[in-house]
Amino acid sequence: MTTFEYAPAPESRAIVNILPSYGLFVDGEFVDGHGEGFKTINPATEEVLAEISEATEADVDLAVHAARKAFRSWSRISGAERGKFLFRIARIIAERSRELAVLESIDNGKPIRESRDVDVPTVAAHFFYYAGWADKLDHAGFGPNPKPLGVAGQVIPWNFPLLMLAWKIAPALACGNTVVLKPAETTPLTALLFAEICQQADLPPGVVNIVTGAGATGRALVAHEGVDKVAFTGSTEVGKAIAREVAGSAKKVTLELGGKAANIVFDDAPLDQAVEGVVNGIFFNQGHVCCAGSRLLVQESVADEVLAKLKARMSTLRVGDPLDKNTDIGAINSAEQLAKIRALSDIGEAEGAGRWSPACELPERGFWFAPTIFTGVSQAHRIAREEIFGPVLSVLTFRTPKEAVEKANNTPFGLSAGVWTEKGSRILWMASQLRAGVVWSNTFNRFDPASPFGGYKESGYGREGGRHGLEGYLQ
Amino acid sequence: MSRTDVRKTYKLYIGGAFPRSESGRTYLVETADGTTANASKASRKDARDAVGAARKAFGGWSGRTAYNRGQVVYRVAEVLESRRAQFEAELVGAGSAAAQAGVEVDAAVDRLVWYAGWTDKIAQVHGSANPVAGPYFNHSAPEPAGVVAVVAPASPLLGLVSVVAPLIAVGNTCVVIASQPAPLVAIAFAEVLATSDVPGGVVNILTGDAAEIAPWLASHMDVNGLDLTGVDDADLARDLEVAAADNLKRIRRAGVEDLAASPALDRMTTFLETKTVWHPMGL
Repeated sequence: MTTFEYAPAPESRAIVNILPSYGLFVDGEFVDGHGEGFKTINPATEEVLAEISEATEADVDLAVHAARKAFRSWSRISGAERGKFLFRIARIIAERSRELAVLESIDNGKPIRESRDVDVPTVAAHFFYYAGWADKLDHAGFGPNPKPLGVAGQVIPWNFPLLMLAWKIAPALACGNTVVLKPAETTPLTALLFAEICQQADLPPGVVNIVTGAGATGRALVAHEGVDKVAFTGSTEVGKAIAREVAGSAKKVTLELGGKAANIVFDDAPLDQAVEGVVNGIFFNQGHVCCAGSRLLVQESVADEVLAKLKARMSTLRVGDPLDKNTDIGAINSAEQLAKIRALSDIGEAEGAGRWSPACELPERGFWFAPTIFTGVSQAHRIAREEIFGPVLSVLTFRTPKEAVEKANNTPFGLSAGVWTEKGSRILWMASQLRAGVVWSNTFNRFDPASPFGGYKESGYGREGGRHGLEGYLQ
Repeated sequence: MSRTDVRKTYKLYIGGAFPRSESGRTYLVETADGTTANASKASRKDARDAVGAARKAFGGWSGRTAYNRGQVVYRVAEVLESRRAQFEAELVGAGSAAAQAGVEVDAAVDRLVWYAGWTDKIAQVHGSANPVAGPYFNHSAPEPAGVVAVVAPASPLLGLVSVVAPLIAVGNTCVVIASQPAPLVAIAFAEVLATSDVPGGVVNILTGDAAEIAPWLASHMDVNGLDLTGVDDADLARDLEVAAADNLKRIRRAGVEDLAASPALDRMTTFLETKTVWHPMGL
């Protein structure tokens, strides 16, 4: 068969203007932080992008006070007025979508195709969706006159920097809260550009505050006495630390944490579609997805066939320059994350699972990991139990639907699951048995502002998205 | 000579049976009429047995139809009503005034009826059809969180009913530490549960020292939720919440609550998960 080579199709980065340094965004202005400062780098090239301020406890305190001051008026203006600010933000995001997408790909390492077609459009949609709720809260089913909580302290991860910001800020503001948000230390740039968008939208000062920094900044924010609500997306370990920190306080908490989702393929499934879904489930966003389908459970009778198709499909995945429009898999977000993926993969091999990756040339500079599958994985293997948060799939088999359910649920997590079968009654039965907050049947990794998202068990509590997403921001 | 009455041994309620505490311990409960009883003082192992029973019962109970759960909870109300005289006497024994005892039994029965009616409605009120921007069927529905450990409030009957009924109505199973000073009413209520078609293990009731037992339940890795309603010691409440973070239990914090007022939905929704299911549409 003749194959055609792909020519490079780079997206221009001329549209973004990255400043040499960035301050914190407090009370509507950019101000210098008093910490040591840190650098954010392009994970695809290791090039330093900008110097970022680090917020100290005192800086966090200033931001919380600004949010508290702004809360007085923001919570009192009508829902319709609040909604118009959110609509305005949604529109500006759409207008500046290419700029946001390119910046996201540069700072995060994710393919431009994804930031352009998934992340940024979903961000705009999320603001648009919650904008419409702002003047309809009386009808949301949380009592006749629901009230905002106050100041929300929000800490978000690096895998979907701008999307997680939208999931946090849009419902908080719609409900009349003000926020102090800390983006992840490896991906602060789109949050800082969002701050600029807030200025452009003439959002009242203090309604949105962005404090950059690492764990210490996040801890200061979560522990601050002036914070009424803590919203966190990130690792289960940090989620548990936050739950301990807020114990005994009146703070309301929502946590969106790790996962180890099973993607279950039955023998009657349309196998090509299922393989496409399995690939999307684990290799989308380099596997840096809390709801990634990181365990493939395939029915024994079709295991060989599925595996062969999976390997063939994986061989066509293009790993490389995130700004190339043909790239399927971009860079791993940080050296630290790469080390973790490597360590767990080495453990997988050491524990006896069979490791396979397609022949795939990786760039010399930057952080890269080839798409990888492990076969012959048992439920006791660490690669079947721990979240790898990278492009690594563990393959297990099952014989009966009951066995599939048992294996799928045999995890402390419960964020998502996938089911592939043509039989409707089996889909619904499986969906009812899987202990997970999102069940994708004959699809995977779909997100929508109207669709509640969140986990069972150690994947956290609370829901983001949809009507349910309002609950965490209302009294 | 007058007849010598037959007194009741008050034991625990675990897995549908009434065992003594495996520890062999009891504590003295004095009733208003001057008689005394030796209530079981549950141990760590009793608590773990109760969690085991609740976990075992969860699959079956949560898998019942909502209609069926409503029938069972309503049956609990019926049986309680039919034992009104007994419970009025129990409450008077626990220190209530006679008139107040009648009011409390009425309220407890009515509360059970209220929650019985919720079993097949909560999913409609708390669930949603989600109009996503694509060719997908997408809906969200609540599901029970699993096994919930409860420190019941001091109010011996209405308090107990108010914490247990919402949990079982939505399909959770539970382990309840009864009011420490008034355990006899709770065990009498266990007899109502045992004769009301509530499957064994769905509700498990421990009596004894809440401060001793609750930490084992709060840190138990097979417990999904923790209701601290009856904890009035702020330090203990915080410690329990910290322990519960080990597996991220859903928490209902202690707080001032007027049990006589009409309840909101939050006693049900705190211990409900929301599951969202997607499916593509196409020919």
